[in-house]
Formats: sequence, C-alpha cells, structure tokens
Amino acid sequence: MDSTIAVLAVLDGLSYAALVFLVSVGLSLIFGVLRIVNVAHGSLYAYGAYAAATLSLMVAPISPWLTFPALLIASVVVGVVIGGLMERFLLRPVYGREDVLQLLITFAVFMIMDNLQRLIWGVQPIFAAEPLRLLPNISVLGVTYTSYQVLLLPLLAAITLVALRYFLRHTLSGAVILAVTEDREAATAIGIDARKVFLVTFMIGASLAALGGALASPTTSLVPGMGTDMIVLSFAVAATAGLGQIEGAAVTALMIGLARAFAIYIQPEFEVLVPYLIMVIVLLVRPLGLFGVSHVRKI
Amino acid sequence: MKSILKLVAAMAMATVLQALPTHAQDKPKEIKIGISTFLSGPASVFGVPAKAAAEMMAEDLNKKGGIGGVPVSLHFMDEGAGGEALVSNYRRLVQDEKVDVTFASISSGSCLQLAPLAEDLKMMNFMWDCGAASILEAKKYRYNFRSQANATPEMLAVLVYLLKTKPDFNTIAVVNQDYAWGRESWEIFLTALKQMKPDVKVVAELFPKFGAPDYSTEVSRLLALRPDVIFTTSWGGDLDTFVRQSNQRGLLRQSTFVLAIGETSLQRLGNELPDGLIVGARGDHWFLHPELKNDPAFKAFNEAFRTRTGSWPIYPVYHMQQAFSALQGSYDKAIKTNGGKWPNREQVIDAAAGLEFKGWGRPVTMRPEDNQGLEAQLVGVTKTDPAYGFKVLDNMMIFDPKPITTPPGIKSIDWLKTLGPDFIKMSVPTFKHGG
Repeated sequence: MDSTIAVLAVLDGLSYAALVFLVSVGLSLIFGVLRIVNVAHGSLYAYGAYAAATLSLMVAPISPWLTFPALLIASVVVGVVIGGLMERFLLRPVYGREDVLQLLITFAVFMIMDNLQRLIWGVQPIFAAEPLRLLPNISVLGVTYTSYQVLLLPLLAAITLVALRYFLRHTLSGAVILAVTEDREAATAIGIDARKVFLVTFMIGASLAALGGALASPTTSLVPGMGTDMIVLSFAVAATAGLGQIEGAAVTALMIGLARAFAIYIQPEFEVLVPYLIMVIVLLVRPLGLFGVSHVRKI
Repeated sequence: MKSILKLVAAMAMATVLQALPTHAQDKPKEIKIGISTFLSGPASVFGVPAKAAAEMMAEDLNKKGGIGGVPVSLHFMDEGAGGEALVSNYRRLVQDEKVDVTFASISSGSCLQLAPLAEDLKMMNFMWDCGAASILEAKKYRYNFRSQANATPEMLAVLVYLLKTKPDFNTIAVVNQDYAWGRESWEIFLTALKQMKPDVKVVAELFPKFGAPDYSTEVSRLLALRPDVIFTTSWGGDLDTFVRQSNQRGLLRQSTFVLAIGETSLQRLGNELPDGLIVGARGDHWFLHPELKNDPAFKAFNEAFRTRTGSWPIYPVYHMQQAFSALQGSYDKAIKTNGGKWPNREQVIDAAAGLEFKGWGRPVTMRPEDNQGLEAQLVGVTKTDPAYGFKVLDNMMIFDPKPITTPPGIKSIDWLKTLGPDFIKMSVPTFKHGG
C-alpha cells in the first residue's frame, strides 16, 4: 500500500474515532453503572449538537472565540437538564423491574425527542462552523486538513478518556460510583446514596453524548434523524468493546475509525459495512465483547 | 295502440340513455387530495416545504372557487413513516377517506410501492417528485402519471452542460448517497458520459452511507486523487456537509464540482460556496427563472412562499405546483369534453393522458404513451450577487425536454447507449443572471 494513503487514512481514522468514542463512551458508562441500554442516547447527541449550534450562533457576533466555551456549556446543559429529568422521573420508577421497561421508556423518549427536535429547530439543515474556521488548516503530504478535526478532536477524546479514568479510579466520587456498580445493596448499607449516584452518572453519560454532538456540530449539518445513525454506531462500538467498558470503547472506536478510513481508500464499498463487520467478528470470537468479562466490575 | 307506442318510446328512451357513454356525475362537495410527502426524517427538507406549498396552493385555489367550482381538501401521509405504514395509510386514505386523487410521492421507493397499489385501486395518482425512470418504463399504467421529468433527462441536462462548458477534463469522481437514487443517477450519468466522451477515466466511485455525518475521509481521498471533475447527486444535509467540508479544505477550488440537484442547498450554504459550481434543479425550477422572473404571478407566488416559510421556493415546491396544475388541467379538460358537466373519474383519467399544463416553468406534457412528464431542465453555475445572501445561478441553460428524455417504449439505459459525442451539439439557449 502507498505510504501516503496509509498516513492519510490514519489521520482520517483518528478524527472519526475521536467523535465515535466521545458518543459511545457515555452509553458504556450508563450501562456499566445503571445497567440500562439508553436508546435515547442518540437524541442526546442530536440535542447537544443543536444546542451548541444555537448557542454558537448567538455568541459568535460578540466574539467568535466564545463559540468554543459555547460547545461545552451547551453539552453540559443538555446532559444535566434532559439527562437529569429522564433519570429522575422516567427511569427511577422502573429500576429493578423488567429490563424491557427501561428499553421501552428510553425508546419512547427517543421518539418524543426526535419529534420535539423538528418542532424546535425545524427540518432544514443547520450548521455553525465558526470553531472550525477559527483554527488554521494544516497540510499533510499535500492534502489540506482542518486542525479542528485532526488535532483538536483526537486531543479532546484523549483528555476525556484520561479524565474519566482518573475520576473513576482516583477520586472519592468515582470510588462511590464504583462501589454502587459493584454491589448496590452493600454500598447503600454503608451509607452511599445509590439514587444520587445513578442520577449523577446518568447526567455524566448524557453530557458525554451531548458533548459528542456539540463537537461534531461545526463539522457537519444538523438534520432531523441525525441521532438515529449515531445511536446505531454507538451500540456497535459499545457491544464490540463489551458493554460498560470505557477503555474498550476507546480501542474499539479507534479500530472502527481506522478500518473505515482504510476501507474508503482501498475498497469504498465496505465503508458502511466495516463497523458492523468488526462487531460480528468480535462477538463471534468473544461473545462478551473485546474487553467484556462476566461477573466482574463493569466500569 | 297508444299504450304500445308509449311502451316502445319508453324502451327506446331507456336504450338511448343506457347507450350514452357516461352519465353526468353530481358535483361533489369537495375534491379530496391525498398527498404523500416526507414530514419526518432527512428528506423532510423537501417534504415540509412541499407541504407548505400544497397548503398555500389549496388555499389560493379555493379562494378562486376551486376546480370547476369545487373546493379541494388536503390529506397528508408521512413518507418518513416507512414502507408498510405508507401503504396502510394510502389504503386508508383511498378506501376510508375516499380521496379522489393522490400525489405520491417524493421517494422513488415510495412510488414503486404505491404506483401498483394505485393502479389496483383505480386511483388517479400523480407521481409528483420521485425520479426513478424505471417506474413508467417497466409497466404501462392507466391511473399513474408523472407530472415532472425523471432522472434520465435530469442527469443528461447536467452532463451536456458540463460537456458544453468545461469539455477538457480527463478524470472524474463521484460521491453519491448509498441508496437507489445515488446509484441510479450515477449509472445514468456514467452510461451517457461513456458514450459522449469515452476517454474519461473514473478515478473514484464513493457511495457514503445515506445521512453520513462526516465526509472527511472522502475529501482527503479526493484531494489526493485530484480528479478534474467531482459529480454528486447528494442532497439535503448530506450535500451541505460534503460541500462545506470540501470548501474548508480547498477541494471546491481544486476540482470542477457538479451538484446535479444542488439548487435546494444554495440558500442554506449562503456565500460559503465559490462561484462557478455547476448546479442542476431537477426541472426548470429557479425562483429567478430567466423566462418568468418578470411574470407578476410568478413573483407573487415566490414572495408569498417566502413570507410564509422564510425561504425562497425550491424544486419540490415547484413540483407540487405542477401536480396541482396537472390535476386542475385534467379536470378542466374532462369537464369541457363532458359538455360542461361534472366528469367521472375515468373521464378525468382520459383527460390527463397527453395533457399539457403550465407550472412555474415551461409547459409540461404528460405524454400519452407512458404518462411520463416531459419537463424542461435548467442548469447553471453559481455566481455572487450582493442582493442575495447566497449564490445565485448564472449562465443558465434551459433544455427542451424531448431531446433529452428517453423515448417511450425503450429503457433509459438502452437508449443512453445509442447516444454519441454529437449529442452535445444540440442548441440550448443560455441566460445570464439578471439579463
């Protein structure tokens, strides 16, 4: 293979993997702690994107650089408000009941949010590319890239991974979450408020989905149905990694990103198939996913 | 004797009445129109403006007294609900709501599903926006009509424009959405291109997933390959994303871009686009149509639509208007043929075959051999005009429909294979923006 193609494919793959990781890690986190497969995760991604674009368009006339904090603020607001309301009023009443109820509820939320999205933002594609334009382009082997996509996004994904690991492994709050994940009853017995842990975890997971959408918003057009595609891909990543596996989500996102990029360069017909092909192969060999292990801690 | 004469006279009268080809129908209270359009999903970028247009046209029509004095009412179906739901909804509208006519649909997949059903139900149906040429080439329908062109003349017009205006290219790449439209439109374009300019090399055929949020890798590959021409029939958010990512990374300036149905994206993309991109409009649809721009009715329609929706009309709006014109024309012709009396459905169907009607463009004819609409095609290049916050079209060519539409009785691909390099020598008038 041409070394130029290899370099370009790696850069493209890294950029794509960064976004996929940011969205799928929230799904994995929520499943790891709450044991919920959140079908509305894609909607949180879409709302994060729309909210970020809306806020960016509002602050850009003041200073274009304000669009960067706008991305972060929008994702936190979406994650905390929508995620918080979902967990408190829709999911909490059904903890401990049949799993199918949680699936149905999150699916219903997904449908409602999809319709609300059209009511709020309409059906015409929206975009707010200011953050992308502010950062310079770079040239690699004669091919122009935006530094937002090939530098900033992978950097933010890496920071998120490290921060999440640090939070869970080296902080008291993280230890509390791990304790509840390990054994909810025992954790409650020693005075940990498991309900609060669930709420906070769900809000973090939802914020990560929204962050993925917010960071994607400068690069893409926001359209009805954008959350649907992302939820399918996120499930593929989470299932391949092993549900609840955060580091696994990073590795899988990287695998999928790189494989997809190489497919486009070498055999474009396989582009759409690649993530699911990887998932099928991995699950055939390791039914619990690449990093999934039964009966041990899930995050 | 008298009674025998009376009996004979009565029998004769009854025989005469029975022998009349039709009975006069009672004028209905309303004409119910069932409309299939995308109200959800990515294609709602077409469907929602078309719905707004339909509502506007129905209001306007009813203010003027309706069709033959009968008001119309609209009943919408969401194509975004998917195949089975759409079929169920269609049946419900026809059998329960008793609609008199349907306009179905935007997606070729929907048309392929609903056209045979309309035929079975003997329901007059105007395929008002779907592009697959094969629908009317594979089967002769009585109740299904297409009130606009199909993908073959749409792609041919764009190709001839490219070959006439930028003939010196050697390599081409395609980036189309991975579904029926993306594949079929490229097959049409490529088949014709090979006939008219056989030496062109295809360097990349990229079919990203429908709704793909990111084209970065495709853009990288195209930047590395440096094709002379990049062709795309993508639309909606997909096209916007691809074009914007291409622009950010200099691809729009490196290659000649052909946006075969890019007219719908111009307003959204604003001034991000450079001048000189080739843009098609799926018909001779353009709110600054060079032959109509000074027509007060055309201007009033465009202004009213803009006031209502915040945007200038795009081609699905004009296609919807054509369906309304086709319906009105069919009824008017049938009423006239029926001596001024209200026609039955079969008479309206008879009237629709071969009907010529006027939309917001050149006249359209639904040719009687296969009910395919013959619609002119407008293609131009992007140009900056400070009066608008987006690129407008310049150097517009308007193609007569007949030479670029597959003749009846032959399949498009077979016909395209009979074309040659001389095909582009056809005379096509060119119009300047503002000229």
